[in-house]
Amino acid sequence: MLNIERLNKTFAAPAGPIVALSNIRLQVEQGQFITFIGPSGCGKSTLLKIVAGIDTAYEGKVELNGKAITGPGVDKGFIFQEPRLFPWLNVEKNIAANLPLNNPQIRRQVDELIELVRLKGFEKAYPKELSGGMAQRVAIARALLRKPEILLLDEPFGALDAFTRAHLQEVLLDIWQNSKTTMLFVTHDLDEAVFLGEKVVIMNPRPGHIRNVIDIDLPYPRKRVGHSFQELRTRVLSEFEKVEQPPLVDQGAGI
Amino acid sequence: MSDVTLVSKAGKKKASIGKARRAGLPNWLYGWVLPVIVLALWEAASALGLVSDSALPAPSKIAKAFWQLALTGALADHVTSSAIRAGGGFLLGGATGLLLGIFTGLGKWAEKTLDPTIQMLRTVPLLTLIPLFILWFGVGEFSKVLLIALGSFFPLYFHTHLGVRSADRKLYEVTRILQYSKLHLLTKLIIPAALPNILLGIRLSVGASWLLLAVAEMMGASAGVGYMIQDARVYAQTDIVFVGIILFALVGKLSDSVVRLVEKRCLRWNNSYKG
Repeated sequence: MLNIERLNKTFAAPAGPIVALSNIRLQVEQGQFITFIGPSGCGKSTLLKIVAGIDTAYEGKVELNGKAITGPGVDKGFIFQEPRLFPWLNVEKNIAANLPLNNPQIRRQVDELIELVRLKGFEKAYPKELSGGMAQRVAIARALLRKPEILLLDEPFGALDAFTRAHLQEVLLDIWQNSKTTMLFVTHDLDEAVFLGEKVVIMNPRPGHIRNVIDIDLPYPRKRVGHSFQELRTRVLSEFEKVEQPPLVDQGAGI
Repeated sequence: MSDVTLVSKAGKKKASIGKARRAGLPNWLYGWVLPVIVLALWEAASALGLVSDSALPAPSKIAKAFWQLALTGALADHVTSSAIRAGGGFLLGGATGLLLGIFTGLGKWAEKTLDPTIQMLRTVPLLTLIPLFILWFGVGEFSKVLLIALGSFFPLYFHTHLGVRSADRKLYEVTRILQYSKLHLLTKLIIPAALPNILLGIRLSVGASWLLLAVAEMMGASAGVGYMIQDARVYAQTDIVFVGIILFALVGKLSDSVVRLVEKRCLRWNNSYKG
């Protein structure tokens, strides 16, 4: 279980400190799929980096299974917007990375993951020969091989075309339902947030804070064209429209 | 899918046919066109008596001298002793350059303390060190190997340093998340990332070692290609001087090709513009 309480984060800037995250409070149960949505500058990527342990300069409590997060690790898998593959390694070696591929157990797991992310036949291909969607699937397999407790995805499909994106969303849901890994998924795409998440966390900037959390009580597999999907989509959207109005007085509480 | 590949294959074939018709030469021949023309003109000029034989002997005469030296075994002896010197110097200087380059590339502290001194030494023309080397170590093998080592040290040092620094920060972040050990960080991120630069450094170092080999052998030796040239000059055997120059060119090109072959094999993953 992930537990975040009274999380504050400020960046030093020449014009004075900037509050990136203000008084964040969030509980995520094991196996949940949470999506984060908000305009740029709302701190959603910063929040993810803190949970990943990449960014440790913060105030407040961030705990995974009761233990404070003090640094990055394989238990907290991270998928960046770019695949970030090692260009000199082929697909299977990229997935194994620092683990020995000649170990029969790892070999078997790598083969299974290649099957899972639907890359059979591309084991020996180099990153330059892959499309963006394929490369991102390799990155996901690389993270999954470490059997992470939690998978953090920072706009992983943001650079892909709409068809590839829809396909990868389904692949990801497949993986989630098979592995029951906790997923924290940051996106700026409204449909993506509603299609994937059990809960959508809506964030706002200046200072970055959680505005609302909306439960998406739709069974998987979801249909994007259904009436209830559109209704929930509208609800999330209306949260943003409220934001366009002048901020309420109590919003400044975190500063 | 198959339709598409068929079409593109057919297209390629057509294009290559068109090209072949225009030039009428296989690819590997292009590099030979200019040398062959120059040699033919040269031979003709010699045959017509337009150039003096002692200044510019005909290519056929040089080829004959080459053949005779090869038959007596003198050629092989000279090449062997030269190769040992150049190889020894290159290994010594190159290995030092590689290690120091990695060292100063990895640490700010190491860079701050070592790099300014190395940069200063680099600007000293190496040839001015020859008198000093002769005073210290005499004209024996040691001063020759040391001079070659010094020459091949700098290119490999710089390019290794540069290569280590060119490792991608974003990939470094990945290795932190995947919890690479310090050793894996070096062998699985930094060295592969630096490899294109390191191989370029090796090529330049090999070139530098041949250059300094010639200088070192001309400063006094009893064997080696440089010595052969120097000796032939004393007896005004211009054809043998040319044989020596050709040998340098051949061995230089050969060693460069070997490194390029390694480059091609090791850098298959590289996704840069290939012209």
